[in-house]
Amino acid sequence: MQKIIKIIILLIFLFVIGVFYVSLTRNTNYSTLSLINKETPEFKFTYFDETNFYTRDDIKKNDFTLINFWASWCAPCKVEHPILMKLSKTKKLMILGINFKDKNVQAKSFLKELGNPYDLLAKDNYGKQSVIFGIYGIPESILINKDLIIIQKFVGPLSFEDYNIIMKIIE
Amino acid sequence: MKFNLFLFFFIFLSKFIMAAEKSADPNLIHKNLRCLVCQGQSISDSNSDFAQTIKLVVKDLIEEGKTEEEIYTFMTDKYGDWIVFKPQFNLQNSLLWILPYIALIFGGFFIFSFLKKRQ
Repeated sequence: MQKIIKIIILLIFLFVIGVFYVSLTRNTNYSTLSLINKETPEFKFTYFDETNFYTRDDIKKNDFTLINFWASWCAPCKVEHPILMKLSKTKKLMILGINFKDKNVQAKSFLKELGNPYDLLAKDNYGKQSVIFGIYGIPESILINKDLIIIQKFVGPLSFEDYNIIMKIIE
Repeated sequence: MKFNLFLFFFIFLSKFIMAAEKSADPNLIHKNLRCLVCQGQSISDSNSDFAQTIKLVVKDLIEEGKTEEEIYTFMTDKYGDWIVFKPQFNLQNSLLWILPYIALIFGGFFIFSFLKKRQ
């Protein structure tokens, strides 16, 4: 009986050590990468000029669409802007820009100053529509294919490495 | 006597019906949702931009007639299990839910057999 108790105590001890080891070594950074390979959810983004809405039908027409969430008040958005300008030259890729919780005047002057890489421009004044895409901070970008499947999600400013990944996918 | 019994069941059932009809409590939902950009705060405790947005979305979902469970499901679909403080029961976290009961049963059995042996 005592032998069994000793074995049980040893197993519990090993289990606790195991739980600590797994918990301490795993990556605790939050990620929404689980959305990859899932179908694009239904959405309804207001045109930047507020005359209509963009829906899934608008991105079905293209081979690839990059949805980029940005704002003029967001410093990392300025960092990634040259990458977006470079990507805008690619014919196979359509870029849908979602101006996130921003003021129209400031957003316009941002694009005037740095250039407009967006084929389609929409806005999300309260950030409510962006929740559909699991957005929790900007900039974030989502690459979608013709079948409306999310193939990549980029959290944070796009880098040259991300640019290469996108180019590799679309070519 | 029959009338009292009828009255008892009527009150008892009407409470259930009223509870079912009552819309979800936003404050309760905010308390069970984690602010993803804060340090260990709930949506209820946080004033961050993200928390404000989630509060608006929760309000909209309640107005659409979604139940508390449906709102948690919506949020976990978008942000994963991490967004809820009380994770939903599934295959991946089943051990987390079952282990305390197993420990309780084994512990009880262990103490019982130990005491019996001493006697």
